[in-house]
Amino acid sequence: MTSLFEEIHEPAPTDVPTRRVTITVNGQRRTVEVEPRLLLAHLLRHGLRLTGTHTGCDTSNCGACTVLFDGAPIKSCTMLAVQADGHEVTTVEGLAGPSELHPIQEGFKDEHGLQCGFCTPGMMMAAKALLDRNPDPTEEEVRFALSGNLCRCTGYQNIVKSVLRAAELMRSADPAGKTTVDGWA
Amino acid sequence: MYPPRFRYEAPRSIDEAIALLQSGGGEAKVLAGGQSLVPLLKLRFASPELLVDINNLPGLDYHRVDADGTLRIGALCRHVDLERSTILPTRSPTMAAAAPLVADPIVRTRGTLVGSLCHADPQGDWAAVVTALGGSIVAQGPNGRRTIPVADFVTGPFQNALAYDEVAVEAVIPPAKGTVAGGYLKLERRVGDFATAGVAVALELNGSTVTRAGIGLTGVGSSTINATEAAQALVGKPLSAETRAGAAELAAAAAQPKTDHRGTAAYKRHIVATFVERILTRVDESTQLPGNGSTQRAA
Repeated sequence: MTSLFEEIHEPAPTDVPTRRVTITVNGQRRTVEVEPRLLLAHLLRHGLRLTGTHTGCDTSNCGACTVLFDGAPIKSCTMLAVQADGHEVTTVEGLAGPSELHPIQEGFKDEHGLQCGFCTPGMMMAAKALLDRNPDPTEEEVRFALSGNLCRCTGYQNIVKSVLRAAELMRSADPAGKTTVDGWA
Repeated sequence: MYPPRFRYEAPRSIDEAIALLQSGGGEAKVLAGGQSLVPLLKLRFASPELLVDINNLPGLDYHRVDADGTLRIGALCRHVDLERSTILPTRSPTMAAAAPLVADPIVRTRGTLVGSLCHADPQGDWAAVVTALGGSIVAQGPNGRRTIPVADFVTGPFQNALAYDEVAVEAVIPPAKGTVAGGYLKLERRVGDFATAGVAVALELNGSTVTRAGIGLTGVGSSTINATEAAQALVGKPLSAETRAGAAELAAAAAQPKTDHRGTAAYKRHIVATFVERILTRVDESTQLPGNGSTQRAA
């Protein structure tokens, strides 16, 4: 069990209550002590050292902190870590192992879907949520699904192409569409 | 940014939630979707002593139609549930049109309609929609439940009529008597921005005659505007070019926009009139084409 408390904030007064929460992060059960005000994004980045999840605007606008919460995309800067108790969280690190690429990552590589890369983890997780529900989206559907994620470099053209390419790769890897997960809502 | 320190409780029943709110004595806040409250905490605009997280309360994630046609939306029904609803396109085209325009797709995963009404942001979409539909909020407190029409529920910008020990448990849309029709249009600079202006129109029709009308305006006043005169001008009449233009003009007159970085007051009034006219024209066109999906018999 990791104590995140002093690691993240200034040394806390001893009378501040913490909560023990168990969250399945990228398939691994993690039990941590958190102060209720700790945000999920901060738990992931600072507590669990999963720095792939970025915090950009910190006000729920930019989507750089997007992760999957029980399969659905959420902005992790706008959820308390205590609220994830008993739930499953998937971050960009959970897409594929360290020496392999997920088809979404392949897509971004093939189509030059990033420049500075800051928005990329959020874009990929939003894309994952879309492709899990809809393995063959139209360009419009991709644009709609990514409309909560901001990119200041690319102008979005190549991001959209990357997701369409990823969809193609995923369909050819799984022609029967067996990986389709519906009804996360 | 970090929220200020607070005590956190996640009750398992509404009674427990109410008891916690009572113990908070006015210093407690209910946390539902958190898509407005968590940013407010981080910006230190809100600093409650106690947060009562209602996300673990069972059986509040519904939206359903009762046998008499009443539409009920539970406190944990997320925007995305309404966006993907198979009920709304026929039961409430106005709500079906609004759902995909609320915030952005990722915020819609968590945010709730009832929470949006409680937050009472003058630029919130749902308050205008529920106002147009003549809906209410059901509040539950230590002495049971009471129903508050949304026009009375929103008492000002970011203010609602809930007592400190009440939880808003559902929103209620009354049954429709005729064919339901309507729509929601919003102008925003980019997805997720607050509305420059938004218009909700909810109609009930008997043949081509309007039997009930409601018009709610988003983002053009210090709270949601109920454009009653504009709506009343439609009742008892067919949707002719003349009645459409008359309602549009009255709705623009009911707006109280302020000039800001999103546009001038005159521009926002113009948008209101254009949107009213556009929604009514679409309804008129679709009622002349039997079987068109945008207007349907009420359940």
